Order: sequence, then C-alpha cells, then structure tokens
Amino acid sequence: MSFLKIKNLSVDYPMRKETVNAAKNVNIQVNKGEILGLVGESGSGKSTVGNAIINLIDAPGKVSSGSVILGDLSIHEDPTNIIKYRGKKIGLIFQDPQTSLNPILTIGEQLIETIQTHLNLTREQAKNKSVDLLKEVGIKDAEKRFNNYPHQFSGGMRQRVVISLALCCEPELLIADEPTTALDVSIQSQILDLIRRLTKERNLAVILITHDMGVIAETTDRVAVMKNGNLVEIGNTKDVLTQPKKTYTKSLVSSVPPTNKKISRFVIIEKENKNDFQNNIKILNRWNKRQITHQNLIEIKNLSKSFDDNFFTENIKNSVKAVNNVSFEVKEGEAFGLVGESGSGKSTIAKLIVNLYQPSSGDIFFDNICVTKIKNKTEMMKFRKQIQMIFQDPYSSLNGRLKVKDIVAEPIRLHNPSITNSDLNDYIFDLLESVELSQKSAERYPHEFSGGQRQRISIARALATQPRLLVCDEPTSALDVSIQAQILNLLKDLQEQLNLTILFISHDLPVVRQMCDRIGVLKDGKLCEVTTTEDLFIKPRHEYTKELLRLMPKIESIFE
Amino acid sequence: MDSNLLNTWERIKDSDIYHSFIKSPTAIISSAILLVIFFCSFFVEFVTPYNPFDPSSLSLMDAFTPPSWTDDGLAKFILGTDGQGRDMLSTILYGSRISLIVGFSAIIFSLILGVGLGLTAGFFGGKYEMIVMRLTDVQLTVPSILMALLVDGIARGLISREMHDEMAIYVLIFAIGISEWPQFARVSRAATLVEKNKDYVSASTIIGVSNLIIMFKHILPNILRPVLVIGTIGLALAIIAESTLSFLGVGVPPTTPSLGTLIRLGNDFLFSGEWWITFFPAIFLVILAFSINLLGDWMRDTLNPKLKK
Repeated sequence: MSFLKIKNLSVDYPMRKETVNAAKNVNIQVNKGEILGLVGESGSGKSTVGNAIINLIDAPGKVSSGSVILGDLSIHEDPTNIIKYRGKKIGLIFQDPQTSLNPILTIGEQLIETIQTHLNLTREQAKNKSVDLLKEVGIKDAEKRFNNYPHQFSGGMRQRVVISLALCCEPELLIADEPTTALDVSIQSQILDLIRRLTKERNLAVILITHDMGVIAETTDRVAVMKNGNLVEIGNTKDVLTQPKKTYTKSLVSSVPPTNKKISRFVIIEKENKNDFQNNIKILNRWNKRQITHQNLIEIKNLSKSFDDNFFTENIKNSVKAVNNVSFEVKEGEAFGLVGESGSGKSTIAKLIVNLYQPSSGDIFFDNICVTKIKNKTEMMKFRKQIQMIFQDPYSSLNGRLKVKDIVAEPIRLHNPSITNSDLNDYIFDLLESVELSQKSAERYPHEFSGGQRQRISIARALATQPRLLVCDEPTSALDVSIQAQILNLLKDLQEQLNLTILFISHDLPVVRQMCDRIGVLKDGKLCEVTTTEDLFIKPRHEYTKELLRLMPKIESIFE
Repeated sequence: MDSNLLNTWERIKDSDIYHSFIKSPTAIISSAILLVIFFCSFFVEFVTPYNPFDPSSLSLMDAFTPPSWTDDGLAKFILGTDGQGRDMLSTILYGSRISLIVGFSAIIFSLILGVGLGLTAGFFGGKYEMIVMRLTDVQLTVPSILMALLVDGIARGLISREMHDEMAIYVLIFAIGISEWPQFARVSRAATLVEKNKDYVSASTIIGVSNLIIMFKHILPNILRPVLVIGTIGLALAIIAESTLSFLGVGVPPTTPSLGTLIRLGNDFLFSGEWWITFFPAIFLVILAFSINLLGDWMRDTLNPKLKK
C-alpha cells in the first residue's frame, strides 16, 4: 500500500496562444521510507508535479484532472485540506537556501512560528523542539545558533535549517525540489547524506526532484523519468539507469559524462538515427589553420588579484584575494581544465586572461607577449583577435536587441573592415552552419532560441575572429545534460579540426574529465595541483583533490 | 518593402505589449484622447475655422460670449470667447500646440542630456561618475520651478527686451529641460550599471569593440525601457511646468499664448463671472496631463517584467 498516490495528474497552463500541458496523466506512487527521484530536463514538468502535490501551482496554471491521495485522504477534493497538510504532513525544501528563509527573522523565530502554527505547543516546548531539530540536521551549538539570522549561516548550513523547518511538524512526506543544485559538491554530499539518514530514521516518503543523474544514482531507491510533461519511465533506480527501456531514458543516461573513463564523443541517440553525425565544419575553408607546435601559448606567472576598490576602506587587511599567486601554463593545441568550487577564483582567472580585469600582481604571457603591459591599441586588437571567450549564462551573453547575424557580424567587420557585404553574409552562414544552426537563424533575435542554441550562437561569435585560444567559462553548467553533451561534442569537433587551444573552466569534474588533457585544481584562489587528467582522476596527490573526487556524485556507482 | 512592413506589423500584433494594450481600457482611452489632442493641436489650422492670432478676424463685439449651451451663447463659439473676442476652442488648441512643442522639446533636451551623462557615468565610473552624480544631487535640491525662474531671470538679463519675446520659447525649453535631466541621468546610470556587467558587454570588449560603440550600440538600446517610462511621465511634468511658468508670467508672451498663459489671462475675469475663459484651458490641461500619466503608468506596468502577473 503506497503512501502517496498520484493518479492521472494533469496540469495545464492556459497561455495567450495555446494551452501548455505542463503535466499529462502522470501516475506516481511513493512508499514510506523510500526516496523517489523525479528526474528530467528543464521544462519536463518535474517541478510542476512536485508543486501540484501541495497545490502550489501559480496562476494561470491549474490541475485539470487527476487526484493526489496522501494516506487515505484526497488532497485536491477540498481546498481547505491542503492548508492543513501543507507544512504539517508535507514538508518542502526548495532549491535556493538564500531565498527560502526570511532574512529579518532569526531562524529560531521562524522555527517556533512554524511549529506553533501546526502543533499545539507552548513557546518553551516549541523552542526545545526546534533546538532538537537543529541538532538532528547537524547544526553544532544549536542553542547558540538558535538566535542567529539566516545571513550568519553558510549556504549548506542554511539548507540544513530549511530542512529542519520542513521537518519541524513531523511530516510524513518530504518534497525536495533541487535541494543541492545551488550548493558546492562537498556540501551537496552532506545534504544528501542527511536526507537519506532522515528518510530511514523517520520513515519518510521523499520525492527528490533533480536534473542530476549522479545524485539520482547515489541517493534514490526508485526513479521516475519525465519528458515534456509525460512520465517516460518509472522503476527501481538501478533497473532504469542500467537497462533503460525507453529511447529517451537511454539518451539521457548516455549524455551523462562518465566519471571513470574518458570517451571521445557522447553518443547522441537521436542523431545516430539521422545518419549524419559527421559534423560539417564549413568554416574550415576560411580558417587560417596553425600548426600545433606544443609550445606554451599561455604562461601565467605568480598571478594575484584582489578586489579592494572600496571607497572607504583602503586598508589591505579587508581585501579578498580572489586569485593568490597562481602559476601555470597552457600549451598550444591542448585543452586545459580549471576546476574549483564557487569562490575559488576560476572565473577571475578567465577574466584576467582575456584582459577584462587587470591583475594586482604577476604576469600573463600570451605567445610570449606580456598581455598585461600592452598599451598600444593595434597591439591590443591583435591580442583580442586571438583570444575569445564563451560565457556561462547563455541568456545574458547575447544582446537581445540585435539579430543573430548582427551579433556574429560585429567581430568579423571589426577585424576585417574591408569585407564585402555578400562575403560577410557567406561568412556568417558558414559560421552558423559550423555550429549546427540553420541559415534562417541569422534573421532571428536571440530570445527565439533555446539555451543550447544560444550557446551555439555564442560559439559562432567567438569563432568569428578566428581565435587561437578559446576560454570557456562553465559553458554548459546552465544547460540540460543532453544539450550539454551536444555542446561538448561540438567543442571537441571544433578543437580537433581548427587546432584550437581551450581553457575549460568548470566545477563539474566529470565534464572536465571528458574535455581536458590537463587539469588545474583551484581552492580559495590558490592552485592545489596541476597534472594530466588521467593522473588526477586515478592518483590524485593533493588532499583537496582526493576529497573532491570522493564526493562527486557518480552515476557509475549504480552499476557496481 | 510592403511585405517588410507587413512583417513588422505582424510582429507587433504578436507581441505581448500589443496584447496588453488591447486588454487595457485605460491605455486605449488615454491614447485615443492623446491622439485627438495631438492631431487637433498640430493641424490646428485645418481643424479650427478661426485664427485667434489674426487681429482682422476678431471682433470686439463678440467679446465675453459665454459657451454655446448657455442662454447668451452663440452656436459659432462653442466654448465662448475671451475678452478680445477670440474663440476659446481655437485659442486653446493653438495654445496647446505651443505647450506640446515646449513640453516635447524640453523632454527631448533633458533626455539627451540626462541619458548621455547617466550612460557615460555608469559606464566609465570613477571620478567622472562621482562628479556627474553629485551634480544631479545638487540639481535635485533646487526645486524645478525655482531653477526655471532662475534661468529665465538670467536670460532676461542677457537678452535685450525686443529679442526676448522671440527667444522666450527657447529659454523656456532650456529652463524646463535643465531642471528635469537628473531623473534621466539617475535612471540611465542605474540601468547602465546593471547592463555593463552582463556577459554580452564583456563579449564585445573581448572582441575588441570600442567603448563608444559598446555604449551606444549595445547598452543604450537595453536601457531605453525605463528611460521611456519616466520620459512619458516627464512629458506631463514638462507640460505642467510650462503652464506654471507661463501662469507666473515668465513663460511664453501673451501674443502667442500657451495653455498656462490662457489660464492666467482668464484668471482676471474669474470673479467677474466669465468663468469659461480660465476654466476650459485649465480642464484641457488636466485632461492632457492625466492622459499622458495614465499611458505612462500602463507603460511602466507592461515594460517592467517584475510587475507582470
């Protein structure tokens, strides 16, 4: 007998032009004491299902049919039921611990308030209960920290507080919507451990909504795969991941970068059927291809950068060193990875290399020219032409007011002022086709494209100057796994055929393993170790690297 | 060319702004009123049968005719006449043309000045930004009417008496424009600070695009939305400021009366029973400013994604 039964649940969003079916006839059951993973790409309806259970669907959306039965009570029959159940029988954990706590109340106040709303306890009893809860979720000195405000906690600690809030009225069902997406790997594993422990200890039914197959493999007992509002497959996590029955699940599993081996290309299942997986890089005809000489293209010596441009506090004590005495070099033709958690200074290094920031001290050499000392404008343009960058957020990296062709044309015109209009058009078309976009895209605006397509436009723009070095700052972390696989394949194709050098920055170790030849590990602005990819994954030397490797969610764990 | 236009029209019809416009009665009504007012004001020669500034067409016999629906009213003067026998309706429309010209010119002047300073201040930062922003702070401590009076006073001192009437309208535009620019500077600086940290600006920098092109080709179009919204509301303020100054007697001369001048002239007759001479220009001004504000409100709600339901 399942504890939670979702029967034929459909959720519709009537929009101006059409009705969007965010969930279509979804049937899911969850038992007590088990963790059900709800996995899917963005727009698959996984969060919609989670929200529908507690009736948190935003207008104009509505549950159009189906029922949700919790224990022996149908939740949607009577809207007043849900008020009693939300928070009391059903606990919720949201993605962002920054916004799910009220910043002007102490966490103690928030716990007591929630407890007293649902349970008939005095303030003193509620306080004791809250302290116990905080201890249970692993907050040290719970009595002292009880009177702290949310901003006094770190991201991971805050997520623990959110979990204690979700648990404070002894719910029987816990819905966790991407609870670890905003957290670093090391904290993610702690939070997942906590959720697993609580599930066993309290005999909870847990729905874990996530896009991360590694998390699914390591945490859940059963998994439900969703696509476009439909439930594709549901079953034991091991069965679904090792022997997927549906094509979509197969393609999803094959897109996940493996952590234990390096593969040359990701298998894109839809593309294989189309029989044209050889990427046609048209830009090759125009490319001024260089021979790979295996010399240092980038040399970084004792690089430091601190941010202390505060008007009132000019003392050095307060300044934060984002990058602290970092030295490494990138050889021509290789893919060099920079790995680190948030705040490790990896993006700052990228911005220093492309000369968006000036270093506080140290030198950057590009092709044996000291980049930081270029004053001459034509020298600078020459340098700009040779290094291009691809950004993390595909939404803010394109100017929404310009057509795609104007975005791509800008660097071409700037670096070949004499180009004729027809040649320019051909050049743009070649570039777009090289990144697997149609010629028609040239006339459209960026908002008409999906995240993956926008990232392709970004790549086309970066290639337009025919750079030697491509700096990729988390190019796929905002994308779904299947799109990520396509973009990574594209980058690999381009690198091989155009002899590009790539500096690949990511927090995602499996992705870096697939992309890079050598890797540098960063922590708090310092470089821990630099070594070849295979060495790093097989025999890491630095303690921090070992820790990172141990904690990263591994999809392979399910195969063992 | 035709198909191009058609495409653009299709795109407009498909946009969210168009649909929000269709669904908002306030926006439709206020823009309809504004269209009528703008049309009648700018094509006033074709709309009205009288030219109140042509003395030969005036007859003192017609002076102080009340509106047509009252007992003493004449059908040919719908809203009555003033002390010189000028038809009120025609005079108001001629006056509103001057008010609108002054309002638009002043707002465009302050928009160019404010956005230019705000954009460059936000983009370059540093000491330049500090100076510009402190300047706006100083400007904001001086009430705009006082500022306008000051400018007018200085202008009177510099320009000879004969020239003054001719120059009055330019002085007025400058006076109103100079007191409104801090709003534009602040908004565009704030928006620039947000935009310049976005990746598309970094991307252009890395490509090697010059600062000037980044500012005007990339950032400017992206900060225009908030500027447009305060621009509309600023237009209403500018028209009111013009009327206030004219009412105080430092605006346009009585020979080419604007709405404010008409209200001032009519004010003298208010207590002798000829209420319509001041009432109609005043109510016209209220409707004009109110419609612009309503349209501005609607624009703010539509263009601000944070307020979307």
